[in-house]
Amino acid sequence: MSFRIVVLAKQVPDTRNVGKDAMKADGTVNRSALPAIFNPEDLHALEQALSIKDKIEDAEIIILTMGPPRAAEIIREALYRGATSGYLITDRKFAGSDTLATSYAISLAVKKLQPHLVIAGRQAIDGDTAQVGPQVAEKLGIPQVTYCEEVTDVNEDELVIKRRLERGIEIVKSKTPLLITVHSSAPPCRPRHAKLLMKYKHARTVSELVEETKDYTEMMTNKPYLRIEEWSVADLDADVQYLGLSGSPTKVKKIENVVLAKKDSIDLTADDKDIDYLMKELIDSHVIG
Amino acid sequence: MDNFYTDNPNLKFHLRHPLMEKIIRLKENEFADKDKYDYAFQDFEDALDSYDKVLEIVGEICGETIAPNAESVDHEGPQLINNEVIYAPGTKENHETLTKAGLIGMSLPREYGGLNFAMVPYVMAAELVSRADAGFANIWGLQDCAETLHEFASEEIKKEFLPRFNKGATAAMDLTEPDAGSDLQAVQLKATYDEVKNQWYLNGVKRFITNGDADVSLVLARTEAGTTDGRGLSLFVYDRKHKALTIRRIENKLGIKGSPTCELVFKDAPAQLVGDRKMGLIKYVMSLMNSARLGVGAQSIGIAEAAYREALKYAYEREQFGKPIIKYPAVYEMLSVMKAKIDASRSLLYETARYVDIYKAYGFIQEERKLEPEERNDAKHHNRVADALTPLLKLFASEYCNEIASDALQIHGGTGYMKDFPVERLYRDARITNIYEGTSQLQVVAAIRAVGNGAYLKLIREYEQHDVKPEFDYLKNSLVELTEDFEKLSKQILEAKNTELLDFHARRLVEMAGYIIMGYLLLQDTHRNEQYRKSTEIFIRKAKTECASRAEFIRSFEEKSLGTYKITWE
Repeated sequence: MSFRIVVLAKQVPDTRNVGKDAMKADGTVNRSALPAIFNPEDLHALEQALSIKDKIEDAEIIILTMGPPRAAEIIREALYRGATSGYLITDRKFAGSDTLATSYAISLAVKKLQPHLVIAGRQAIDGDTAQVGPQVAEKLGIPQVTYCEEVTDVNEDELVIKRRLERGIEIVKSKTPLLITVHSSAPPCRPRHAKLLMKYKHARTVSELVEETKDYTEMMTNKPYLRIEEWSVADLDADVQYLGLSGSPTKVKKIENVVLAKKDSIDLTADDKDIDYLMKELIDSHVIG
Repeated sequence: MDNFYTDNPNLKFHLRHPLMEKIIRLKENEFADKDKYDYAFQDFEDALDSYDKVLEIVGEICGETIAPNAESVDHEGPQLINNEVIYAPGTKENHETLTKAGLIGMSLPREYGGLNFAMVPYVMAAELVSRADAGFANIWGLQDCAETLHEFASEEIKKEFLPRFNKGATAAMDLTEPDAGSDLQAVQLKATYDEVKNQWYLNGVKRFITNGDADVSLVLARTEAGTTDGRGLSLFVYDRKHKALTIRRIENKLGIKGSPTCELVFKDAPAQLVGDRKMGLIKYVMSLMNSARLGVGAQSIGIAEAAYREALKYAYEREQFGKPIIKYPAVYEMLSVMKAKIDASRSLLYETARYVDIYKAYGFIQEERKLEPEERNDAKHHNRVADALTPLLKLFASEYCNEIASDALQIHGGTGYMKDFPVERLYRDARITNIYEGTSQLQVVAAIRAVGNGAYLKLIREYEQHDVKPEFDYLKNSLVELTEDFEKLSKQILEAKNTELLDFHARRLVEMAGYIIMGYLLLQDTHRNEQYRKSTEIFIRKAKTECASRAEFIRSFEEKSLGTYKITWE
């Protein structure tokens, strides 16, 4: 079997440029007001997978995402960049899932795919929890390496990974199967490839095909690679009590607007003592170093 | 996320021109590749959609990578180390990113790894890259050389060289020599044939060669010993792997600093003959030059677009005497004229590209089957118009580019003269566009033929037949009047049978034709989309005054006054 990599990706509202209507009155994110994008660190995760594929030619990259039917868009985005295929976990019964319920569903899907390696972004910009990757590893009972900056060596049996940590870097080695989460200091993802875009732009899930006005029957028969698989609760043999709201212990109690208070300022001169002080401050606060 | 394609709806507008359907059908040869390649287009809509989506990738790379790198590339520039040109880090990143996106060899057929894009979307990509970094656009744009190989080289050469482009091979066209600039007939670099080794060898010097250390170089050389004109020149392809080139130096230039301009010495450099002997200059380089001129047209408009945007933003933000300077007539008039010039020259750019597309596509169809008589006529007609429009485009786009960059800097005031704002770089970059690939003066030499043989007039009469909404009749009437003037004056000068007089007035006549043609193109644009109404009004008003001044000059000029202008140097 070829070296199989599953990349976990999430479609998220673009919270980097938020306007007034970004939040609803009840304190939840107003998803319709924000453009849906590929979670940035998941793109770094995809790049790690693609660069492994550059080294191991027959490596296979499966992109796995969970979300509403429109999340198929990020599977196409991944195909345009070099992923081999994609699966969308989608079912109304997943609605309201917190990280625990989400990682349960994802771990079932990963189990079906039996990869050597699972790569996820460190965290998603809509929740910033950084929990789903590690929880999936726990549920699968496989090792996890978080904060990965680079996979420096890879073969079917083990990986050497450089981790970016608060106080420096750490090189670790781990056997496969393994889950890694990728940090934003890892290389950014390569661009969409013109030929792959033209090849895969018609890739569709079954739910999307239902909505299409154009007849895709012939195209889907002739080009089976255009079909994006959808997995429902039934496809995953999931136990509904661990899904959606009932499987999610996280409850939002209250949302508060936090206005950061102005901090003290310090005047520094250009003498050596002050510059020393400034450098120490910058290193301590990880602005540099 | 900056995207230079999606933030500029003018490109989408030109991409959706009604003629695109014909262009795509011809280019795709009725979609013959449909089932052969998984990325080939299924039909017209599919093709247009793919052009659009791929241009979105180009726009994203321009906005996110190339433009942010432009300043450091301008400062650092390329270096010559151990006879090798090392690109600035930003240049290297730009090239790698575009290669990873499959955007080299865009117009090559799919069998050679290309995207088989028509000229229109390819030229759009060139405009986008130029807006991001005009110097880098040269390195990227030299993929034109692949097109020349595709058109004229043997199957063997095509198979050897063409598939390398999509994988990132760079190219150069080595034409100019110390004593052969505008006058390429004087090229001396020698090509000699070794009967024993069955191999051509090149010896000699080339100067001002953009990207001289490229992977693949097209070299113009003299194969016929003892000849002195263009008929003794042939075209060669040289592979960098032979390491038979010495790069003497990289020139220190005013602008486009990221683009390495090299002086090269060929010493017993093995090379392969492209096409037929003696056809190098008269056929192949002429064709290469035409596409390079289209490329400089796109580059000029890209720089102009960038400069206009910088000026508009600055004029909006900069306050003097209590209000933003954009509120003052002196400034807003400059800006709206800049915009009108860009809209006009862009319209001419894509009109030219459409004509080129059609005749080139017929050329490739001809390799597979005989053309029907009406197809042959159609091809010939489009070829003729393309040849007439290309020098006009190069002339106007590059001159406008300089005017716009200069006005953009002016709007910045003293700040614009400092290195702190991008407009200073744009101003320097603009300056080459009306010099290389034929100076403006040489474009006039090419374009005056289309005044002489009536090609411009015929095209203008064709444009006259296009529908115009009644509310734009007054604009059309102005153009009809200008055409009468143009016809009368060109007849007057041509009938004088004085070559020197014709050369003296050539630019004036060519420019009159240009104003009328661009006026009509803008009218057609406005007919399709009212967005262009302002630019059309502004441009045609300008056309009237510009043509009037030229007409007055010609009318009041007597042949004997030529002497007044002759200058000698003691």
